[in-house]
Amino acid sequence: MIKFLNTLSIYILPLIITIILCYAIYKKTPAYENFIEGAKEGFSIAVKIIPYLVAIMVCTAMLRASGAIELLQNILKPLLDYFKIPVETTILMITRSLSGSATLGVLSDVINQTGANSYATKLAAVITGSSETTFYVASVYFGAVGIKKFRHALLAGILADITGLIAAVWICSVFFL
Amino acid sequence: MNYIFIFLILISFVCAIINGKVDIVVNEMLKSSQKAVEIAIGLIGIMAFWLGIVNIAKVSGLMNLFSNMIKKPLLLIFPDLKNNNEAISDIALNISANALGLTNAATPFGIKAMEDMQKENENKNQATNSMCTFLAINTAGFQIVPAVVLAILTASGMNNPAQIIIPTLIVTSIAFISALIFVKILERFFK
Repeated sequence: MIKFLNTLSIYILPLIITIILCYAIYKKTPAYENFIEGAKEGFSIAVKIIPYLVAIMVCTAMLRASGAIELLQNILKPLLDYFKIPVETTILMITRSLSGSATLGVLSDVINQTGANSYATKLAAVITGSSETTFYVASVYFGAVGIKKFRHALLAGILADITGLIAAVWICSVFFL
Repeated sequence: MNYIFIFLILISFVCAIINGKVDIVVNEMLKSSQKAVEIAIGLIGIMAFWLGIVNIAKVSGLMNLFSNMIKKPLLLIFPDLKNNNEAISDIALNISANALGLTNAATPFGIKAMEDMQKENENKNQATNSMCTFLAINTAGFQIVPAVVLAILTASGMNNPAQIIIPTLIVTSIAFISALIFVKILERFFK
């Protein structure tokens, strides 16, 4: 089952791209021109996240160099070991509900620290890819229409975030350990 | 985020002084900012490629087709919007754009959906059940292809970054469903 799903992971991108291209042919829309049009945005998105990446990567690099992460590591070690959670991913679990760009910075930092093929990197990638920043979404969407009483929206979002985290730790241990 | 930022930097300085590692910390501070820019530049290629592909889907109408398909099931989640066709359409478009990883395109649809729902809201300061449901499923971040994460993994030289797609899809689906369950339970307690 896991093996099948792993294979599916590799085929899903070609599959989606094929469907998109075939539909473009069917609808007689110019695929190449539309590709170029959309691709132009790639540059601005990458450049836009630079300030966020700098902010969070400087923070985490300093934390590590100062020995603070080591301290945290020693305190949390028994708990994290029990659930097989690499200590590098703990900061990610906090930032991911607060800021998407900051989370990308932490992800890059985990990769830097543990290598591109480590379990920590895979777990961090799944956590990052499967979440949206709850507080940001709430402030943008409710702010846009002037809603001041959020009622249960934030609480439900946070509970779902926590469920997602637990699911990520579990699913990754099934797939990658 | 503001407090976290300040807290992290100050804690580093304090720990550095205690551990006698001030020189290393200052060095890391300068080096890592350089590294951050290198990572961002490395993302440009893959982001451009994916946004290009997805734009084909957007212009050809495939995204609209998909959002029309999910409209009916969405009415089960948003029973209050039975007579608000515009809101359901915008919610469907928002979810479709998010699913493809088009966060920038999704946000305007999301805001539009909120405005549609606000029109039928009796108390303009307070969120309706539908608004809370919409927000909760949005925060679950349902995505078929996590394009940015794939870009970072590829740029960092991971063997076969696509291996995270299915695990991510499973986790994001669990988060999506749990968001729905939580929001439906909690709406009874928050009047």
